[in-house]
Amino acid sequence: MNAHSSVSNETFDCRVAFSEKLIALAEADPRIVAVCNDSVGSSNLNAFRDRFPDRLINVGIAEQNMVGVAAGLANGGFIPFVCAAGPFLSGRATEQVKADVAYSNYGIVLCAMSPGMAYGELGPTHHSIEDLSWMRAIDNLDVLVPADPEQTKAAMDWAVASGRPIYMRVGRHKVPSVTPADRDVAFTFGKIDVTGDGNDVALVATGTLVSRALEAQAILAADGIAARVLNVSTIKPLDAETIIKAAKETKGLVIAEEGVLEGGLGAAVATTLAENHPARAKFLGVTSFAPTGSTDFLLEHFGLTAKGIADAARKLVG
Amino acid sequence: MTISVWPDNKPLDVAAIRDLPEGERAEQLKLVAKQVRRLIVQMIDIARAGHIGGDLSVTDALVTAAFGVLNISPETADDPGRDRLILSKGHCAAALYSVLALRGFFPIADLETYMKPLSKLNGHPNRLKVKGVEANTGPLGHGLPIAVGSAVASKLSGKNWQTFVFTGDGELQEGSNWEAAMTAAHRKLDNLVVIVDRNRLQQGARTEDTASLDPLGDKWASFGWEVADIDGNDTAALLKAFTQNRDGKPLVVIANTLKGKGVSFIEDRVEWHHKVPSKEQVELALKELA
Ligand SMILES: Cc1ncc(C[n+]2csc(CCOP(=O)(O)OP(=O)(O)O)c2C)c(N)n1
Ligand SMILES: [Mg+2]
Repeated sequence: MNAHSSVSNETFDCRVAFSEKLIALAEADPRIVAVCNDSVGSSNLNAFRDRFPDRLINVGIAEQNMVGVAAGLANGGFIPFVCAAGPFLSGRATEQVKADVAYSNYGIVLCAMSPGMAYGELGPTHHSIEDLSWMRAIDNLDVLVPADPEQTKAAMDWAVASGRPIYMRVGRHKVPSVTPADRDVAFTFGKIDVTGDGNDVALVATGTLVSRALEAQAILAADGIAARVLNVSTIKPLDAETIIKAAKETKGLVIAEEGVLEGGLGAAVATTLAENHPARAKFLGVTSFAPTGSTDFLLEHFGLTAKGIADAARKLVG
Repeated sequence: MTISVWPDNKPLDVAAIRDLPEGERAEQLKLVAKQVRRLIVQMIDIARAGHIGGDLSVTDALVTAAFGVLNISPETADDPGRDRLILSKGHCAAALYSVLALRGFFPIADLETYMKPLSKLNGHPNRLKVKGVEANTGPLGHGLPIAVGSAVASKLSGKNWQTFVFTGDGELQEGSNWEAAMTAAHRKLDNLVVIVDRNRLQQGARTEDTASLDPLGDKWASFGWEVADIDGNDTAALLKAFTQNRDGKPLVVIANTLKGKGVSFIEDRVEWHHKVPSKEQVELALKELA
């Protein structure tokens, strides 16, 4: 049943798939525009700019302005992909996201580049670890965290087709592909993708943590612990059914995310469990402003590794 | 790898510079600026990361303020009446760290830990980790509002310190700066100086090709500020501007600089915002800065 007894060594920066897909979408649909904040390079928009110079609106270093401008473009019939580093998009422009995008119900795709701790040693000001909490708190805003390039592209297809207000993380820290070969679509809105049917423990992960959860699943299997991995690529609305099923069929859940524990994926899962099927759970995330260090160093520092997930799982079921 | 400083092994008495006559001061500041540039290049070489272009453009203004004008020293670091130096363009932390190390806030050898795991010298400055850092900057557009608060506090407390804040030019595209500019002029904060590192480049392009700032001096003047438009890589011009009459207003010094100043192949090139020089380029750069 386990399609991922081993996770591939080849890893990807999801911004590459993002920019290829954005160009393809823009070729097919003249309503698609990109809006950015002096972030052409960091959002991997160079090729888009060369192909569609008029359809790239770079407002300069001005995130509040950027999101407001996107709302005006949406009002004028366009579909803006707003591309900016996650911390500044979600943090600086929160009120614009709330009032101008979500409350106004515009079809805008807010693309949070280099999220989590992808900016490593640049430090906490540049870490986007609160974004899932902040964005989840806003009504009428879907929150997506694709875990690999295939999911990133499929989520973008869905975003355009749906016309919804959307916040989406686009990963920079390299990840392996986690999409099982037998899936028709890599991403289904509002559905958790489950790998394995282990009944001892459920490993609930998102983004960069999904491949690490799959590795943990293999580590645990060697110890005779049967785990299932839940890849949550739609944080909001949460697929409650799959969470409740996992709670009923296992002895507990480990929830892992590259973000704070207050209000993100873990909090969403906790609410669902508490209301429907209280279960044992352990929450892994970023528990303080990070010290100086690279992304890998920091993921290790906070126990956001295959080993960290496996250890937490052993404690839960042991 | 170890950081080298004062290659002739004759360190300057940096603490004494502030008391020299203006002409001599400007000359000594030039020497300090060269050392700071050498430190920056070496730090970025060791870390294999950093923002070299903006570090090198802001060096002369930072050095002139810190060593030539302001009351900033390890001895007075906790003094409530100390002058405040705020680096709003926090991505240029390497320049600030070099200045603080040369001024004796921490050992120069610590610069080797820039951005290394668990180092106090994070990619952006943290006041809780490094004495002499006044604001935890990194997101652009935060320094000026904080500086305005500091300038108000200076007056309210009767301690009358000066606040100098260093911004990028691209950074001025953030609206928060202009909100703060209004507050400062309204409150006649003549104890506040903004230094705009006008290198005409931002992260991905020239400022005037992105969201134009010109006529920049007129913008500040119309907001009620005193304006000095000068060569921002000239310590003598900087000294003069920093001590000029402010006519009861906050002062903006538009420091016209070259991004990457001092290293010919880095100067005025957009790609050097945060490119890291190769080993050969580091050698060349240090030779040019000898
Ligand atoms: C709010 C915010 N948006 C975006 C960035 C990313 N960023 C870092 S440096 C930079 C360019 C800054 O240009 P400028 O202010 O001209 O600085 P300098 O040329 O002196 O390096 C950008 C966009 C940031 N740090 N903060
Ligand atoms: Mg600039």
